[in-house]
Amino acid sequence: MSMANTTVQTSTAAGARQDVTEPYGPKPRRMFSRRNIFLYGTLIVVALYYLLPLYVMVVTSLKGMPEIRLGNIFSPPLEITFEPWVKAWATACTGLNCDGLSRGFWNSVRITVPSVLLSIAIASVNGYALANWRFKGADTFFVILIVGAFIPYQVMIYPIVIILREIGLYGSLSGLVIVHSIFGMPILTLLFRNYFSSMPEELFRAARVDGAGFWGIFLRIMLPMSLPIFVVAIILQVTGIWNDFLFGVVYTRPDTYPMTVQLNNIVNSVQGVKEYNVNMAATILTGLVPLIVYFISGKLFVRGIAAGAVKG
Amino acid sequence: MFPALRMQGRERTALTQPADEMSKSERPNPLFRNLNAKVASIPMILTAMVVFVGGTVWTVLYSFTNSKLLPRLNFVGLDQYYRLWATPRWLISIENLLIYGVISLVFSLVIGFLLAALLDQKIRFEDTFRTIFLYPFALSFIVTGLVWQWLLNPDFGIQHVVRDLGWTSFSFDPLYNSSIVIYGISIAALWQGTGLIMCLMLAGLRGIDEDIWKAARVDGIPMWKTYLFIVIPMMRPVFITTLVIIASGIVKVYDLVVAQTSGGPGIASEVPAKYVYDYMFFAQNLGQGFAASTMMLLSVAIVIVPWAYLEFGRRK
Amino acid sequence: MTAANGTSVSIQDLSLNFGVISVLQTLNLDVAEGEFIVLLGPSGCGKSTLLNCIAGLLDISEGRIFIKGKNVTWEEPKDRGIGMVFQSYALYPQMTVEKNLSFGLRVAGIPKDEIGKRIARAAEILQIEPLLQRKPAALSGGQRQRVAIGRALVRDVDVFLFDEPLSNLDAKLRAELRVEIKLLHRKLQNTMIYVTHDQIEAMTLADRIAVMKGGVIQQLDAPQTIYNRPVNRFVAGFLGSPAMNFIDGHLENADGGWRFVADALKIPLGTYDFAGPPVAGPVSFGIRPEHVSLNSGTGWPFSTDAKVEVVEPMGSDTLVWLKLAQQNFSVRVTSERTPKNDEAVTLGFDPMRASLFDTATGTRI
Repeated sequence: MSMANTTVQTSTAAGARQDVTEPYGPKPRRMFSRRNIFLYGTLIVVALYYLLPLYVMVVTSLKGMPEIRLGNIFSPPLEITFEPWVKAWATACTGLNCDGLSRGFWNSVRITVPSVLLSIAIASVNGYALANWRFKGADTFFVILIVGAFIPYQVMIYPIVIILREIGLYGSLSGLVIVHSIFGMPILTLLFRNYFSSMPEELFRAARVDGAGFWGIFLRIMLPMSLPIFVVAIILQVTGIWNDFLFGVVYTRPDTYPMTVQLNNIVNSVQGVKEYNVNMAATILTGLVPLIVYFISGKLFVRGIAAGAVKG
Repeated sequence: MFPALRMQGRERTALTQPADEMSKSERPNPLFRNLNAKVASIPMILTAMVVFVGGTVWTVLYSFTNSKLLPRLNFVGLDQYYRLWATPRWLISIENLLIYGVISLVFSLVIGFLLAALLDQKIRFEDTFRTIFLYPFALSFIVTGLVWQWLLNPDFGIQHVVRDLGWTSFSFDPLYNSSIVIYGISIAALWQGTGLIMCLMLAGLRGIDEDIWKAARVDGIPMWKTYLFIVIPMMRPVFITTLVIIASGIVKVYDLVVAQTSGGPGIASEVPAKYVYDYMFFAQNLGQGFAASTMMLLSVAIVIVPWAYLEFGRRK
Repeated sequence: MTAANGTSVSIQDLSLNFGVISVLQTLNLDVAEGEFIVLLGPSGCGKSTLLNCIAGLLDISEGRIFIKGKNVTWEEPKDRGIGMVFQSYALYPQMTVEKNLSFGLRVAGIPKDEIGKRIARAAEILQIEPLLQRKPAALSGGQRQRVAIGRALVRDVDVFLFDEPLSNLDAKLRAELRVEIKLLHRKLQNTMIYVTHDQIEAMTLADRIAVMKGGVIQQLDAPQTIYNRPVNRFVAGFLGSPAMNFIDGHLENADGGWRFVADALKIPLGTYDFAGPPVAGPVSFGIRPEHVSLNSGTGWPFSTDAKVEVVEPMGSDTLVWLKLAQQNFSVRVTSERTPKNDEAVTLGFDPMRASLFDTATGTRI
């Protein structure tokens, strides 16, 4: 039955193409099909909605106050001025201080850098211990840590105030660094634990047989292999800590306020004439660091927040 | 024998002892076994036990006292709670949280899923669109709140622009109208957070077996029916996780309100987190703050405990 | 030009490109009514892609596809008269088996009693009646695959497409379901196009096998023909386990006869059936391990001495490794006749069973 039709069809492509009445080749698709118009139309409209605030921020910050009072917020600046940026950075006032956001910026740098380093150092070693050197009870503490990530911060704020006051760090930048390390611990530990668990166990065993110990394996085997997860952790922590407001306002004093707190104080201060252009310049300046991290890191950022969000 | 060979389950012991000690047959002190790992875990243990457990117990305990400026163990039973639930500001806070919560939940799930479904249509510039939808998530709530405060400013923002176009009776000032202020705040929250939900949903959609789509096409099932009856039910775990993420974010809402309205006009946009902060650090009424934060803890527990039970309890 | 009569599926000049990458190249294939065709090849050879094109799940770049004489090149999958079974089963996890089977029919608006009839018939054929109210998660792999076949069955179509349907099953179940698919084909007499990388599945199931590589059908023939007369070195090496022996050397004409020469090894090719007029030059000499005999007298057209290097017992028979012209060479013998390591043996075979391939082009000589 089958052997009768065994010949491979030998017609040429040209022969088939002569027959124009029959469907041939790819199904014709119009570029502007109703589906595509709906699809891209919707996406573009939504994208514009998402971009609108950024646009308004930028154009407002480049206008002078008279132009803002007369014009509308969407129109591009007639006369571009960078004065609001200079003022926001160097001379805008919060309370009695009039040295602009620069103070907050440097405070935030002084908070973010050690917080990121400390929290990642603690969490990576901890995750490694949990993944490869489990001891009795370790999992219990870990579960408490993860459940603790869901407790509203408000519940733990005051006890931490007392602890920090007792060790003399309340109001200092070091105190805030400790707080960030504590609250970054659940998600980071989970991140590192899962990453180290996913590494082949044979690798760990081989290193053990070769005589490497806890720190030897960590520093010489695990660390060199975990650059991606460290980058993810850094992205997660830099944006998270830079954007923090609550801990900054609770655990620091006016002269050690991080950028977000100072920004809020500048913009929402009740005294004086509102300078919207300066406010918007200050807002952009504050958002700039995480935005730069976001645009540079691209897919890793997505991976970081997905890891942070799904697991935490 | 070698302690390393005495592995119990997945537990591993460290080769910390020098060789001559190992040759002795006596059992090493279990406390010092795996010592390095225990030392490395000290920060975690301290955080878990002192801050998370200790701090929570401490706060709950002191919520039954009449602490004012300083915490004092002067128990007054449920007095703080009675007072809390009789305070209009707290009641408004709870009402706002509920409205804000429902809006966040419904809209970010629906919009997030729709955007993810649109992006999943093998479109061009997918990366560009995703980057645009997600960038607000990189911004802090303070920045988000201040931008939207500016956009919604009735004298300069959207309302002003529309009126300039000739529709002079147009009114859109949610941040200055106490009956709708919480909706205005929600707009900013959705702008900031929907991108994340979209990303999670997109990851969920991408996790669906390609063959399922093919099978549905061979079966002749229209795309929307495939989504509704096959894909969404398959994404149940993603939805649940997303739900938990949104829910725990809702309870924490604080910075956004501070930046946009500082709780105003009046007390129309107060939220529980702000209530706690203000009573602890401004009103110097610690007991009220503790009671309010304990109520927050309770509300989170109502969401988290059933989820944790479903997610982890069933596996055992 | 229209599709040849009596063909169930006819593929004409089909090409598929993803950008500049050409996945399928001007491919032609006619499948007869009721025929079981297996598309066989290593991963990435385009066999699944071809199947997806037939199903209409992928848009083709060039060519036409006919099913039952109808040009379906632009048709939606559901309108092509096909049913498809997937490697991952692709069952809808939250629906019961019955709902899985009926979902497509309900969407298509087929009357309830008709749906009931079709499901009853499919369930009976596949013996899944007791499973109808279960969900896929409560089924074993074999049961799931049966349900997946059932979903194609209820569509009441003429052409079944199988995309590596047994790859996710363990060896024992795979063998069982292989037989069942064969029985199913006998019972239904449907056209079946079956994609696999498993040569045993291909050999046992197919009326004809299409061996594919690089988006091109290398050989389309009955299984025995493909096994015994592979058209090129790739097909020869891909089919057969243990694999065919290849000795590199050259072809020369001596004393009016052709022979294969590699070092001191000279194999007269008097009985070899040349595919065309032979030309002297470098060639590969291929012969399957089971076509070589050990220590069985001197009645063979060709025999030579060799020393056993390694013996691999495989249960029913044994693979004996030795060196021929300094190249590895294996012989398959029955277990009782297994020689020892380092034993000197005589091997013999009939060059009629061999295959000669041009070293440069790989085509059969």
